[in-house]
Amino acid sequence: MNFYNEMMDANGGVRAHYQRYDDWLKSTPPERIARKRAEADLAFHRVGITFAVYGEEAGKERLIPFDIVPRIIPSAEWKALQSGLRQRVKALNMFLHDVYHNQEILKAGKIPAEQVLNNAQYRPVMQGVDVPGGIYAHIAGVDIVRAGAGEFYVLEDNLRVPSGVSYMLEDRKMMMRLFPELFAKHKVAPVQHYPDMLLEKLRAVSPKGVSNPTVVVLTPGAYNSAYFEHTFLAQQMGVELVEGRDLFVKDEVVYMQTTQGPQRVDVIYRRIDDDYLDPQAFRADSTLGIPGILRAYQAGNVTLANAIGTGVADDKSIYPYVPDMIRFYLGEEPKLNNVPTYMCRKKDDLEYVLAHLPELVVKEVHGAGGYGMLVGPASTKEQIEHFRKLLIAKPDGYIGQPTLALSNCPTFVEEGIAPRHLDLRPFVLSSGECVNMVPGGLTRVALTKGSLVVNSSQGGGTKDTWVLED
Amino acid sequence: MLSRTADHLFWMSRYIERAENLARLLDVTWQMSMVPQSEEAANQNWRAIITLNSLDEAFSAKYDTVNAENVLRFMVRDADNYSSIYSCLRMARENAHAVRGTVTSEMWETLNFTWLEARDRTFEEIFNAGIGEFFEWVKMRSSLSRGTTLGTLLQDESYHFIRLGTLLERADNTARILDVKYHVLRPHGDEGATDFYQWGALLRSVSAFEVYRKAYRDVITPERVAELLILRDDMPRSLHFCMNGVVKNLELIANRHSGETQRQAGLLHAQLHYARVEDILAQGLHEWLTDFMDRIYILGDGISKDFLVPLAEAA
Repeated sequence: MNFYNEMMDANGGVRAHYQRYDDWLKSTPPERIARKRAEADLAFHRVGITFAVYGEEAGKERLIPFDIVPRIIPSAEWKALQSGLRQRVKALNMFLHDVYHNQEILKAGKIPAEQVLNNAQYRPVMQGVDVPGGIYAHIAGVDIVRAGAGEFYVLEDNLRVPSGVSYMLEDRKMMMRLFPELFAKHKVAPVQHYPDMLLEKLRAVSPKGVSNPTVVVLTPGAYNSAYFEHTFLAQQMGVELVEGRDLFVKDEVVYMQTTQGPQRVDVIYRRIDDDYLDPQAFRADSTLGIPGILRAYQAGNVTLANAIGTGVADDKSIYPYVPDMIRFYLGEEPKLNNVPTYMCRKKDDLEYVLAHLPELVVKEVHGAGGYGMLVGPASTKEQIEHFRKLLIAKPDGYIGQPTLALSNCPTFVEEGIAPRHLDLRPFVLSSGECVNMVPGGLTRVALTKGSLVVNSSQGGGTKDTWVLED
Repeated sequence: MLSRTADHLFWMSRYIERAENLARLLDVTWQMSMVPQSEEAANQNWRAIITLNSLDEAFSAKYDTVNAENVLRFMVRDADNYSSIYSCLRMARENAHAVRGTVTSEMWETLNFTWLEARDRTFEEIFNAGIGEFFEWVKMRSSLSRGTTLGTLLQDESYHFIRLGTLLERADNTARILDVKYHVLRPHGDEGATDFYQWGALLRSVSAFEVYRKAYRDVITPERVAELLILRDDMPRSLHFCMNGVVKNLELIANRHSGETQRQAGLLHAQLHYARVEDILAQGLHEWLTDFMDRIYILGDGISKDFLVPLAEAA
C-alpha cells in the first residue's frame, strides 16, 4: 500500500512546511530530546492527565502517550478543511432539525425513511421539540484522515459526546513548555482560546428569556474515562462540574444543590449519553442521570448540549448519506470526501463485502472506540472467518469500507524515529448561524507499527497539531 | 457552591491534616521509644495509638503482638487500614480528584504527587530509609498543600470549607495527641527523671518546643504544656486557635440552616476563651478532652447536615 508521509515527499525530501522543524531536529542533541521526553512524561503524570480504561482494574489510570514530533498543516490546507467542516456540520444540524420536525429529506426520498425512523439512535421524544437556534450538535468532533494521494476523507462524525479536546490543549501547552524555541521559529496558530469559544457558544443557546445563564458541565463521575477532560473544561470555563446526583428537577425546572440551597441551571454541557440522562425516560437503571430532566428539556426550561437524539446523524448507517444531505439542504457540492461505504443490509453490497473481506475494513454500525471492527489486511484467517459469520447472521449491523492508506508521520518509538499512522479530530462548535473552530484539532497516532487504529483505548498516542499561519 | 464540591473540599483537607497529625503522633512515639524503658512500657505506648484510633479489633485481626514494628506497619503503609497514613493520603487525593476543577492545579498536583510517591514505596523501603524521614516528608507535603492553598486559591467559599476541614480535624487530633501522651506520661501525677525528654518530644510533635521556650522562658511543666496546647490562642495547633478559625469560617459560609451549628461552635469557643488550665486539670484532663472531642464530632456532623448533604426540602 502507498502511504502519504506528512513530513517527507515521495522522493524522500522534506516537505516545505516541515523544513524548519527538520532542521531543528537534526541540530538538537539526542540527549536533550530524550531528557525532554522524560520531562513530559513526568509532568503528565504529576498533573494527572490520564484516562481510565474500561475493563482494567477499577480506578487505574493510564497516560496517553504524547509524541514530540508535531503534525504540521500548512495554512492553505487548513482553510480548505475548515470550509468543508463548516459546510458538513451545518448540514448535519439541518438534518437533525428536519428529522425531528417535517422530515422533508425523507419525503424527498433522499434517505430511506426506515433507515432513520427505525434507527436505535432516533429519539421519538424529540419529535416536534424546538431547541434554541435549531442547533443539535453544538460540539462536533469530525474524524479526518488523509489517504495515499494526499486527499482528505471524513471517517466519521462524532455528534454525541466527542472527547479529546483537553489533550489538544494540553499537548500544545506541553510543546510550548518543552521547546519554546520552536514557537519562535514557526507561526503556529493558537488554540488556547477553545474554552472561551465553547463558553460563548453555550451561553448563546440558553433558554428564552435567560439573560445571564448558569452553565454547568455534567459528568458521569470520577471513574469515567474522560473525567480529566470534564474537570478541565469546567475549570477552564469557570463553571460548576456537576454529577447527576447534584441536580434535581422541580416543576420542570432544573436546579443544582448548593451550600446556599437550590440554584437554577440553564445550560448543561452534558458528557453523559442519552441513554443515561433520565431514568424516567430512558434507561431506568441509570444512576447517573436526573429524573425528569427530559420534561424540563421538552418544556424549553433548560438547554442540553449536545441535544438529545444527535446519534441518528452520526450513526455509521447514516454516514453514507451525508453528501446527499449537503446537496439537499445547502444546494452545494460537498467539499470533504466521504469514504465509499458498502451497506451490508443491501444484498449486493453484502455480497461484495463477503467476497472482499481480506481487503476491507468492516465496522459495526453502532460501534465506537475502535472496538468491534475488522481491518482486513491486518487480520488473520480466523478473524476474517469470524466476521464472515457475524455478517451473515446480522448484515444490517455492519458496513464495509475500503482500507484507507492512512497517512503517517515520523514518531518517536522504541527503536528511534519511525513513521506511524495518524488521524485528525477538529472540534467544530455551532450556535445559530455561526460555526467556528480553533485551527487544527487533536492528532491521534497509532504507536504500534503498521496499525491503523488510533484510539487511545487501543494504545494510540497524541501529537500537537500545528496549523501554520501565512 | 455545589454541596458535593464543598463536601469533597472539606474531606480533602481533613484527610491531609489527619495524615500529618498521625505522622506527628507516630513520630513522637517513635522518639519516646528510644528513651531507656522497659519493653512492656514501650509496647504500652504503641498500644495507646491503636486504642486512641479505636482500631484494636482491626489490628488484632492482622497482627499477633503489639510492638513498634507492627504498629508502624499498620499505621503507616497498611492499605487495609483506612486510618493509616497511606489511606489518608489516598483519600485526600481521591477527594481532590473529585473536585480537581475547583482546586487550583498547584493544589491538585501537590496532592496527586504526594499520593503517587506514597503509593510507590513499600513499608520496608520507608523503614529502611529512616521512618523519621518519612514522617518529616508527610509533614512537609501537608505544609506544601496548605501553602499552595493559601498561595493560589481564591478566598471564596471553597477556601472557607477547606479551612474549616483543616481546623476541625486539627482540633480533634491535637486533643488526641495530648490525651494519649498526657495519660502515659502522668498516670498518677508523679514525675520522673525522663520527663524532660518525654515532654520535649511531645512538644516537638506539635511543633511547639520552641514556642514553649519563647512563651514561658522556663522549665517544662505538664500544666504549661496543657495550657499551651489547649488555651493559647496564638499557637497554631492549639484547641483555642483552631476554634477561633472554626467560628470565623462558619460565619463566612452561614446559610439559613446553620444557626444551631454556629451556636454550638460559639459556645465551645467561648468556653476555651474563658477557661483556666487549673480548672481543666481539676476536672480531669482526660474527661475534659473526651468531652471536647465529642463536641468536635457533633460540630462536624452539624456542618455535614447544614451544608454538605443535599437537604430533603429540595427533592
